[in-house]
Amino acid sequence: MERSLTLIALFAALIAALGLIPKFTLGFGVPITAQTLGVMLCGTVLGARRGALAVLLFLALVALGLPLLAGGRGGLGAFATPSVGFLVGWPLGAFVSGFLMERWQRLPIGWAAGLAAGLGGIGVVYFFGVAGMMVMLDKTALQALGLVTAFIPGDLLKAVFAGAITAGLARARPGSLLSRA
Amino acid sequence: MISLTSPVRTRAHDWPAGAKLGALCIATVVLFAVEDLAWQAVFVGAAIALYAAPGWQFLRNGLVRLKPIWIFAAVILVWHLLTYDLVAGAVIVLRMVTAVALANLVTMTTRLSDMMHVVHWLLTPLRAFGLRTQAVELAMALVIRFTPVLAEKGHVLAMAWRARAVRRVGWRIITPFAVLAIDDAEHVAEALRARGGL
Repeated sequence: MERSLTLIALFAALIAALGLIPKFTLGFGVPITAQTLGVMLCGTVLGARRGALAVLLFLALVALGLPLLAGGRGGLGAFATPSVGFLVGWPLGAFVSGFLMERWQRLPIGWAAGLAAGLGGIGVVYFFGVAGMMVMLDKTALQALGLVTAFIPGDLLKAVFAGAITAGLARARPGSLLSRA
Repeated sequence: MISLTSPVRTRAHDWPAGAKLGALCIATVVLFAVEDLAWQAVFVGAAIALYAAPGWQFLRNGLVRLKPIWIFAAVILVWHLLTYDLVAGAVIVLRMVTAVALANLVTMTTRLSDMMHVVHWLLTPLRAFGLRTQAVELAMALVIRFTPVLAEKGHVLAMAWRARAVRRVGWRIITPFAVLAIDDAEHVAEALRARGGL
């Protein structure tokens, strides 16, 4: 119980700390933050339930007024911008990533984590992100998707990183990989 | 840890946080129900007036916090200019600006401790079912405490990387970073158990 709680809290803090690291820029000029990578890792490392709780905890603190989103953003205003759908999708994406990770016990950890991060952290997150933009900006699904395509290559890369990092963590701290415990 | 509460004291700082949040909900629902450009302009004007009331400094801080949505506003205006539908575009942009501005206003005038009281109150029904919600509040405190700690450790890792490598700091640094977070979590869990647990 204590361990679940502290791992959830520390992964929420990890998402926040990853937002404080300066962005690295991809070859073609799209800035990516490591924050969504943190969301993917919550699912692939902590599993479905704990991963989603860690992301929810992080979002709750953002809503309470802490500047924890990348670029020092936060507060209730973050939930009124057109990108609110992505924030809503984060905990669900972490849940799906963790769920798939728990299911695919026989796949090698790196591959399972990469695929799970792609389906949860990109598929699910973009589904809600695009839906949010449709509502907030009064656009059709295709138009809203067009506005965010620039970020998809970066996120695909992050899913690959999530796979590699999860595999690294499985070697370094096998006992703490709750999604495989 | 620095929160987004405004250092400029306003009268709204003393209003109950729950009431401010309730008013924000109602205002947001109204904003999305009204499709008329004139009304949206009135709403934006009202929001600006609210920001201007405590003074110039407060207004300027508020405007700086709207920066993240300028890019959305620009994209939407260009889009609707190209489709000859500028009125609809203006409604979307004004509504977005007002919604974000009002939400920021609540954050700027409400202290973190007051927000925590609202969370405590919102969790009341769960306590009635016998769930122990102190765990949630403890977890929140842990995140607030450990975010600066982890950020500091991340900076040390990045410095160590720069001392040893020619290449720029990349994604590989995140594995040891996550290991540090896991180790901290295990240590804190042990410390909690040693003090009687949850």
